[in-house]
Amino acid sequence: MAGTDNAAPPHRVYRHRLPARIWHWVNALTLLILLMSGLMIFNAHPRLYWGQYGANPDYAWFAIGSTPDTGFVRIGSTRIETTGMLGRWTDGEGVRQAWAFPGWATIPTSYNLADGRRWHLFFAWVLSIALTLYMLWTLLCGHLKKDLHIRRAEWSPRHIWHDIKDHARLRFPKGEAAARYNILQKFSYIGVIFVLLPLMIFTGLTMSPGFNATAPWLVDLFGGRQSARSIHFIAAWALVAFFLVHIIMVLLAGPVNEIRSMISGWFRLPPERSAGDA
Amino acid sequence: MRDFIVPRRQLIARAGGLVAAAGALPLLSGCDAINDAPAVRKILSLGETMHQHSQRALTDRDALAREFTRADLSPVFRSNGTKLPQGAAYAGHAASGFADWRVAVTGLVSRPLSLSLADIRAMPQRTQITRHDCVEGWSAIGQWTGPRLGRILAAAGLRDSARFIVFRCADRIGDALYYESCDLVDALHPQTIMAWALNGAVLPIANGAPLRLRIERQLGYKHAKYVNAIEAVASLDGLGEGKGGYWEDRVDYEWYAGI
Repeated sequence: MAGTDNAAPPHRVYRHRLPARIWHWVNALTLLILLMSGLMIFNAHPRLYWGQYGANPDYAWFAIGSTPDTGFVRIGSTRIETTGMLGRWTDGEGVRQAWAFPGWATIPTSYNLADGRRWHLFFAWVLSIALTLYMLWTLLCGHLKKDLHIRRAEWSPRHIWHDIKDHARLRFPKGEAAARYNILQKFSYIGVIFVLLPLMIFTGLTMSPGFNATAPWLVDLFGGRQSARSIHFIAAWALVAFFLVHIIMVLLAGPVNEIRSMISGWFRLPPERSAGDA
Repeated sequence: MRDFIVPRRQLIARAGGLVAAAGALPLLSGCDAINDAPAVRKILSLGETMHQHSQRALTDRDALAREFTRADLSPVFRSNGTKLPQGAAYAGHAASGFADWRVAVTGLVSRPLSLSLADIRAMPQRTQITRHDCVEGWSAIGQWTGPRLGRILAAAGLRDSARFIVFRCADRIGDALYYESCDLVDALHPQTIMAWALNGAVLPIANGAPLRLRIERQLGYKHAKYVNAIEAVASLDGLGEGKGGYWEDRVDYEWYAGI
């Protein structure tokens, strides 16, 4: 039975409950604003350090910089020329700029640390409150246990390897299996919700001199304020990487069905493969 | 015929240009219009209020900023903002080793003072090695020495009606002399000192000689340099544009700079 010949009405399942859908879209907007305003804040001092302190006279393990004609990214002792993209670029009015990240990637578009901070520090609240509520919901209302809990059989290396191969072949689950999260999805979602997002919030708080007096142990946990700033930057790009893979997977798995299910909650199950399909 | 062939790269560049003109630019300026809308700015500034109240609620009034050892000092303590105040008056003070520098303590106090550096150095001193965090993102660790601001205010007899402490400075940036302010929680905090020494030596000019504020639980722009007047006030309304500080009034930095 090929998918196109299937005359029976497609089987629909209610896959995403309302709190998950609301959180998903609030989070999508919040993370976009936090990323773009964060890049503006980074532009104020485009250098990263390890340890308690770090300023221009100190060694930066990562820097975005410019010469009069070129822009570059330096990681350790490796220098990559990025003229036109990072460090040296031309704005919409044709004016050459030497800020690290270009105007189209920042909030606001032209350099303004104060405004970048206003956006960032407001939406940090939105992220934190929404994540806390979502975590409580996943724990109290069974989402975690029902959908994200990794069952014993799934932990087996064979199962994980099988799923990696399926992903690599772009062979996505069909039928009832498509209604459940596979093991790589579970790893990704658990990693984002319980590791990356809390890491962003706590490294962010570690950069606050006021909160350092509240919770000095956070500074110790991350090895210093400048280490926390570096980890914050790296974790932000890990979230961007998650976002890119997430979007690619949505596109490959059927964007209309996937996006609709995150709006209405209802997911149309892809028909089972026939023997010839496999 | 050749004239009609547009190289593909050029076509892509043109298409890109059109997209930029038709889509991206209005979109970007649309974003900036949102950024500039007064209602949006009002909502965004709620973030500052929430940070201030939550930090104050969660933190002991006298909870200390981390103190380090001499082994942790930044090899070079970066200076920022004004590095050399302009004008003959300051140059004269610098030439005489700030022998005639006076710090006026005025406003809502029962005994206004005019303190020399000798007066300030004769008071009980506090030495602390702390981390200085610039709003831009960098940090430097330095050792600071000076009397507690609380002691100076007590000597002047701070009145009950005082709510904020204003710091006036000798460095002019653009249109105005620098100024900052803080509330009494930070003014009376044990680590809030008027520092005249950095790393065991007399405070360099680039770092605010002869006297600067250290307000350790807040960002660098709160740490007023070149201080020549300390004023106790009931409200910040009469100060500059009313937001409490030079950068707060000009670029909308947060007055509460604990984050």
